[in-house]
Amino acid sequence: MLKVRIIPCLLFKDRTIVKSVRFTDFRMVGDPTTSARVFNERNADELVFLDIMASRNGERPNFEVIEDIAKECFMPLGIGGGIRSMEDVDLLFQIGADKIIVNTALFKDPEFIKEIVNKYGSQAVVASIDVRKKDDVYKVYTCSGEEETSHSPESIVRHCEDLEVGEILLTSIDKEGTMEGYDLELVKMVAKMTKLPVIANGGAGKISDIKEVIKDSGADAVCCASIFFWVGESIITIKQELDKDGIPVRMR
Amino acid sequence: MFKNVHFSPISMIAVIDYGMGNVRSIEKALDKINAEYLITRTPEGLDKATHILLPGVGHFELGMKNLETSGFVIALNEQVIKKKKPFLGICLGMQLLFKKSEEAPGIPGLGFIDGEVKKFKDIPYKIPHIGWNESRIKEGVKLFEGIENDTNFYFIHSYHATLSEDIPHATTDYGYDFVSAVEKGNILGTQFHPEKSQKKGLQILKNFVGHYDA
Repeated sequence: MLKVRIIPCLLFKDRTIVKSVRFTDFRMVGDPTTSARVFNERNADELVFLDIMASRNGERPNFEVIEDIAKECFMPLGIGGGIRSMEDVDLLFQIGADKIIVNTALFKDPEFIKEIVNKYGSQAVVASIDVRKKDDVYKVYTCSGEEETSHSPESIVRHCEDLEVGEILLTSIDKEGTMEGYDLELVKMVAKMTKLPVIANGGAGKISDIKEVIKDSGADAVCCASIFFWVGESIITIKQELDKDGIPVRMR
Repeated sequence: MFKNVHFSPISMIAVIDYGMGNVRSIEKALDKINAEYLITRTPEGLDKATHILLPGVGHFELGMKNLETSGFVIALNEQVIKKKKPFLGICLGMQLLFKKSEEAPGIPGLGFIDGEVKKFKDIPYKIPHIGWNESRIKEGVKLFEGIENDTNFYFIHSYHATLSEDIPHATTDYGYDFVSAVEKGNILGTQFHPEKSQKKGLQILKNFVGHYDA
């Protein structure tokens, strides 16, 4: 049986790994390479690395750091942030990325996403969708939550399907870093409207939050960070609890 | 970390680079297990090797076309079928071992193994099959030595192989049991990615180098 993936999320800023709350309020939590090594050793199912400043600052991905991380990862590695050209994509795959995570290009350069899909396949492309509730309506944001787009979750999901991306990384900006639990309503809505695997992100503060988003909202995978850095849970403790509850996780 | 496996001092793996996905992950994994390897874009590279590894992500038709135009189809028949060099195909690299695929009607595969590659059909799950799933090992698969039954490996694919001959293999359940690894003498294949499956995956690569002598 296919397992629910537990995916640590590394946010990269100023050469270190940080943790934010609602996309602001950054606190340093560690060194990129060490973090990757630890998560690999502890059998994380996959790793997500997002350079949260590259797009805002118009910078390219930090290939040197990403290559160091890739060397530690014998699990799938998704890379996002500042990827704007095919040259960047080629280089990222060459240094060991398995998936390219796109956000800005969804709105500003969809042709670029098609090009990546055509060259590397759908499975190599993850669409990162950031959502915030505004006046009680879900709105899709870009540029690390700074720019509101005209998209609703539904319209962006259809857009992703048209572009033939392989997966959706769904982040609730309202919940991100709060450790108050995932936005169950949002995840459920998106998981129901698409056949693409949905990775829920933002809000995990305790193991029961992860259980809920899988059982109640139908997430195929969960992305989390604070629960590791601030709560001290590990991949292993999380999986043991999920396993007890009958959720399929990879124990070996 | 690993079960001890003896490496012949002269083992040299040729990793075929035929433009189907990156070979960097394979390189990293082979570095990690201290295996000797070379990356080759031409059939001549296979002459120097004791073992041959065919990775690959992507479309069956393009995979066969690229192997054909770069001369690898003839060379693999020579090296793998005649000279019996141990061969490991990963993901698309395994699928290409079969006679044909529903992904590319009318395009013959390498045909080293009797069977067909089919699309996942009538299953209550999402396609592609992405993530970690168990391999149930049938008797006699040396590739899995030192690995417990029902160990999880990383998969990412929409098509899977079906066998028309009785050879050692492993199966995985995704709506139904499909063939997730094969072993026909010196010809081996895994639908999953050992290079992305942490310690157990690296053990598979170690077994490939250690247990199959040219």
